[in-house]
Amino acid sequence: MPSRRGFLKGAAAVGVGLVVGFRLEPARAQATSPAPAVLAPNAFVRIAPDNTVTIVAKHLEMGQGVHTGLATILAEELDADWSQIRVEAAPADAKRYHNLAWGPLISVQSTGGSNSIRNSWEQLRRAGAAARAMLVAAAAHRWSVPATEITVDRGVVSHAPSGRRATFGELAADAAQQAPPAKVTLKDPKDFKLIGHHAPRVDSRPKTDGSAVYTLDVRRPDMLTAVIARPPRFGATVRSFDATAARRVNGVTDVVQVPSGVAVVAKGTWAAMKGRRVLHVDWDEGAAERRGTEDLYAHYRTLAVQPGAVAHWLGDVPAAMKGAARVLEAVYEFPYLAHAPMETLDCVVELRPDSCDIWLGSQIPTLDHETVASVVGLPQRKVQVHTLLAGGSFGRRSTARSELVVEAASVAKALGGPRTVKLVWTREDDLRGGFYRPLYMHRLRAGLDAAGNIVAWEHRIVGQSIVAGTPAAILRVRGGVDLTSVEGAANLPYAIPNMLVDLHSPTVGIPVLWWRAVGSTHTAYSTEAFLDELAHAAGRDPLDLRRAMLARHPRHRGVLDLAARQAGWGQPLPAGRARGIAVHECFGSVVAQVAEVSRDPDGLPRVERVVCAVDCGIAVNPDVVRSQMEGSIGFGLGSALWSEITVVDGLVQQSNFHDFRILRIDEMPRVEVHIVPSAAPPTGVGEPGVPPIAPAVANAWLALTGKPVRRLPFSRLAGGART
Amino acid sequence: VDADTPLLWALRDELGLTGTKYGCGAAQCGACTVHLDGQAIRSCVTPVTAAEGRQVTTIEGATAEGTTGRVARAVQDAWNRLDVVQCGFCQPGQIMSAVALLSAIPRPTDADIDAAMTGNLCRCATYQRIRAAIHEAGKRL
Repeated sequence: MPSRRGFLKGAAAVGVGLVVGFRLEPARAQATSPAPAVLAPNAFVRIAPDNTVTIVAKHLEMGQGVHTGLATILAEELDADWSQIRVEAAPADAKRYHNLAWGPLISVQSTGGSNSIRNSWEQLRRAGAAARAMLVAAAAHRWSVPATEITVDRGVVSHAPSGRRATFGELAADAAQQAPPAKVTLKDPKDFKLIGHHAPRVDSRPKTDGSAVYTLDVRRPDMLTAVIARPPRFGATVRSFDATAARRVNGVTDVVQVPSGVAVVAKGTWAAMKGRRVLHVDWDEGAAERRGTEDLYAHYRTLAVQPGAVAHWLGDVPAAMKGAARVLEAVYEFPYLAHAPMETLDCVVELRPDSCDIWLGSQIPTLDHETVASVVGLPQRKVQVHTLLAGGSFGRRSTARSELVVEAASVAKALGGPRTVKLVWTREDDLRGGFYRPLYMHRLRAGLDAAGNIVAWEHRIVGQSIVAGTPAAILRVRGGVDLTSVEGAANLPYAIPNMLVDLHSPTVGIPVLWWRAVGSTHTAYSTEAFLDELAHAAGRDPLDLRRAMLARHPRHRGVLDLAARQAGWGQPLPAGRARGIAVHECFGSVVAQVAEVSRDPDGLPRVERVVCAVDCGIAVNPDVVRSQMEGSIGFGLGSALWSEITVVDGLVQQSNFHDFRILRIDEMPRVEVHIVPSAAPPTGVGEPGVPPIAPAVANAWLALTGKPVRRLPFSRLAGGART
Repeated sequence: VDADTPLLWALRDELGLTGTKYGCGAAQCGACTVHLDGQAIRSCVTPVTAAEGRQVTTIEGATAEGTTGRVARAVQDAWNRLDVVQCGFCQPGQIMSAVALLSAIPRPTDADIDAAMTGNLCRCATYQRIRAAIHEAGKRL
């Protein structure tokens, strides 16, 4: 067989398409070569004699529609028929499947930062085009006709002059004998048949008939289930434990200590849970965090009046404040938030003397692979990571030290002997287990001139660093500033001549983590809500004020104008309703939202309608983009209205969905999504829809009531969380 | 199994019917919704003994036969046509609740949907499409 390894070059534009230089890794670096009848020209696609096209997804499907998106890109250049497409999760293999978004120096297979489609765009177009070229070459050879006379459409290769036709499956074996092309021609976007059109989700059917397999659904011979008793306060450790009662529970097989606590292992989930209930653990709380959220707010208030590490500086803020006609100030407070994916954390480990398999919804397979190998003491080549569908994540499955895998592998190892164990987190474990969106305090001051223009802007942020002390710090900490804490604030798009953004990153023993849209979850709120407070004070229209400061940001203006037009901005509303608008850029996309809000009988905002405009470059799957915007609005709105993790004396107060409230169906507004037409390469859609909704609602509330909302969640307006 | 075992874990761990999901264990999210003699119940707080001698319908068997099957097929078709799902983990429970609703009220109002579905949480917030799919399924019944 010809070698499929290639360093392929080219550059010039040809005709309507593009010729591009590229390099594709060989289909298989090791072990299981596909049958010779299968065309597997690169690591991303296999075409089988049964006419199926299997696309290998290097990114985790956790609800964002990425399997569908990746398949759409490859199938487009392949000219496959959508009905013949299958998608499977890639194995852990950073060489072939690393995320290109992190640049040439970092080789990590990972899903996050809303960059899956963005980093795969060219890679998968080339992969599809290469496979197509080999099918065409095989047909040309078989029919003895020039390749230039051959066309491909919806999975059928045709030669019109001779009337010959063949399916991909019929050509696969011959095509596998062809050398991969030295260069490929990518389509002119105007010829796209799938990209920008409707390709139904590849995961809808299995997710509606119960056949989709999540980690919780993995069943293996003699598999045991484990739950872990973890300390009630963060930072505590096991001093001793008494497992007598737990071992008496019918079904409990083992009680073992692991680094994070004590695992109760049983022949079933219920028995494990029952065993844990009667387990007695004596915790050493010497190093435990005992502060609560009110203590932290009080501490942060003292920091908020002291200068911090400078994240952005422009002009002379003190002088401009001094010269301003008036100076306004506001302090905003944001609670800890749990991700609360519907599928709680879980991981299956099958440990044998000389090999190991693990199953999980892996967001960072490279790290999970290294971690499990290290914990069980096997070389990585003896360990297989099987990535399954994840029942949501929102950042929760992307921890810098693979804590979940450490736990599961530690349990398997502690059991000794060949064993298979499924580690399950309960909802209580999930909500009390930390790794929250950090609690933040923002203090903003602005100077207005006599005409109501903003001449000075000072923004101080106080809150834990997400990346400090993790391997990600190399990428995300600059000059003592965690970029994750100030994103959306340090790059505020508005043209203000004097600006200062600084940061305090206090150390707190409560584990924190990125949470869908990360820094933008709080910076979009404080900046966009404060802007409306300024507009209110200056008597300016919030849309006009923004537009006036966005001359250099046409994408921002584009989404603002589109959302405003579609929402009827400026048009009269029924009594008791008001509109609010907000715009924010993150993960390469810009989103504006207009919320129409009334007051519910409890005195809280009721969001009736949301009009959303998004500029995400080329919309690969417009319907997936719409669904991500709809879902992001619901996710962000539920959090803004209801959600908070509070801590008293080091103890998390919430335990389940009755006191960690998320959005319910009767609170979901009517959402209309409008996509800005674009010829630019695609940018993120999983996260950028989240940040604007909370400030849009706050701004509508300000317009409705004259009162700003400066502490989240909104439920505090009615005196606390309502269940 | 022990008598106090919730129906959820008997279905999942003993019978291998894993379409029914665990989300909270406290009847707070609806991911575990199944039908007991045609009524939607939360299997995570229903002891297996309460199901003894009664008809349990899970997502795997929902489309099988009879009136429930016809409704369930319409619901699943609507879910697929509208691409309701995102992560999908709550959707078997959503569908079982929707089937129970449409079996009782074939043309539900928005208020009927709110009342029947408010206990089924979706962290991806696919609610707008769930509502649309229920209306769409109702029209075809």
